Amino acid sequence: MSVYITAIIDGFRLLLSGSQDVWSIIELSLGVSGSAILIATVIGVPIGYFLGMTRFGGRWALILLVNTAMGFPPVVVGLFVFMALSRSGPLGELGLLFTPQSMLIAQVILAAPLVAGVTTAAVAGVPRDLRLQLRALGASRVQEAWAVLKESRRGVLAAVIAGFGGIISEVGAVSIVGGNIEGSTRVMTTAIMFHVRRGEFGLAMAWAMVLIGIALVVNAVLTGLQNAGVRHER
Amino acid sequence: MSADVATPARTAAVPLVVGEDIVVRFRKRTVVDVARIEIARGCTYGLLGASGAGKSTLLRALGLLERPTSGRVLIDGVEATRRDLTIRRGIAAVFQKPYLLRGTVADNVAYGLRLRGVSGTERAARVSEALERVGLAGWQRQSALTLSGGEAQRVALARALVLKPRLLLLDEPLSYMDPLLKRGLTAEFASILASENVTAIYVTHDQDEAAVVADRIGVMREGRIVAEGDPDEVLGLPEDEWVAAFVGMEPPLRGGVRATSDGLATIDVTGVTFYATTTLPIGTGVLLAVRPEDVTIYEAGVELPLGSARNRLDAVVAEMRPGGGTVQVVLDHRGTRIAAAVSRASAKELDLKVGARVVAVFKATAVRVRASA
Repeated sequence: MSVYITAIIDGFRLLLSGSQDVWSIIELSLGVSGSAILIATVIGVPIGYFLGMTRFGGRWALILLVNTAMGFPPVVVGLFVFMALSRSGPLGELGLLFTPQSMLIAQVILAAPLVAGVTTAAVAGVPRDLRLQLRALGASRVQEAWAVLKESRRGVLAAVIAGFGGIISEVGAVSIVGGNIEGSTRVMTTAIMFHVRRGEFGLAMAWAMVLIGIALVVNAVLTGLQNAGVRHER
Repeated sequence: MSADVATPARTAAVPLVVGEDIVVRFRKRTVVDVARIEIARGCTYGLLGASGAGKSTLLRALGLLERPTSGRVLIDGVEATRRDLTIRRGIAAVFQKPYLLRGTVADNVAYGLRLRGVSGTERAARVSEALERVGLAGWQRQSALTLSGGEAQRVALARALVLKPRLLLLDEPLSYMDPLLKRGLTAEFASILASENVTAIYVTHDQDEAAVVADRIGVMREGRIVAEGDPDEVLGLPEDEWVAAFVGMEPPLRGGVRATSDGLATIDVTGVTFYATTTLPIGTGVLLAVRPEDVTIYEAGVELPLGSARNRLDAVVAEMRPGGGTVQVVLDHRGTRIAAAVSRASAKELDLKVGARVVAVFKATAVRVRASA
């Protein structure tokens, strides 16, 4: 038991040290995962809306594709992105491997299907009659879509929360494509892995606490948004 | 099609809405199949029918809310679809559920105006006017969450009226109300629709509601319009056997005018004589029917009160169908059947049961007559 206590004490010491390295790692983690979830939302929400609202041949196959993509193991996504960005890969000339951008790309690929899939389910749950009512009050297609997304914002935000939670805590993809380079691509999860390997459990625990703490704060904000005002339905 | 259809003639002669060959299929099932329907300007058209008859689906097609599988909708003589936002913005709807959005009553009523980019000051003025119209003056700041069902539905009506629509769609707007509230709101809706001089399509499965609200009624069954005309005609003398049953009547009787004098006709129905007020000439083949509410029942052998009721038929009770407050009694007079609506108390007092001998009495003016095709 004492090993945990020592680790926790070490952890607090690290956080309170206010070291520049610590903050740059936190910043990079939040920067990469934050941007990734933003981009994934911009891509995933319209796809989810489209899949949830429209009926067309092949819709079922597309939903299956998205749902399967939701469960992609990060390591596999990391591998694909790595191969694409490696010198001999199709995007090798961009020279993005082992940069924060490469981690961003991997995380967008991980989060976008999640956002799209959960959004699909959320908007499909909006009653058809409500959409008819909006349309019957003169809503254009865009106005209707906006209102439907607002009505299903709990689900859509759940998609964003799930996506963010998934990528801020994943280690497989970022370690493959980022390489865990200190001062450049080391993020919180790869830092934990790094310190565990070196037997520095205090530092690893410190990062674990920071990671959990940040996840808590971010989710608190999103959950707050989710609960802000509930439509009244008879 | 030809030029006469394509000319956008904005005259009273052109119906506001015309549906041509409207067919709606869900998967393989045909839900609506209507060759032609016209909604005249300023008229409230009641679409009446049982659940699943295709009324709401037809409404949504005519209101440009959903594209029919085939067929076309003309608004003001011009073909229109869901994509024509400008035309669509002349149409507003109230559905079964009010579907209010979170926020205040004013927010809700102003919703459509905001979609159209109407300025804040004009919005406020129009919202207050619309709320007054539905009897909710001054309710602007009330939260939409705290309203009762009846209040919420009034807000939904205000939300539609505030847009000053050329066409108002009402899809069973009162079906979730309790009977008392429903009667009150039906009358209110009817007077608002009449005073607004708005063109409306009113979907309902309730013939009483349709009778109060509509200027014209179309009865739907299995996707088709099986009867159409003014409410008195459709509800008072339904030609179709199914329609008759739907509106709570026996099938119409067939007969011929045998004699007339001063607008009073003697009509022979397979040997039974009916008296009716009609100007149809002697020899005309007719359909006739009597609304059950217009028929009074007396015990056989009792001395009848003096009165203007000319029609007196000895009959046998053939069937009793208990309803809400009344009992529908089917009477048989030598094979000729009419129905009478009797209060539960009277039915008990008269000791009515199948096989009982009675006298059915009704006025000549209560007999509805139409020349048969």
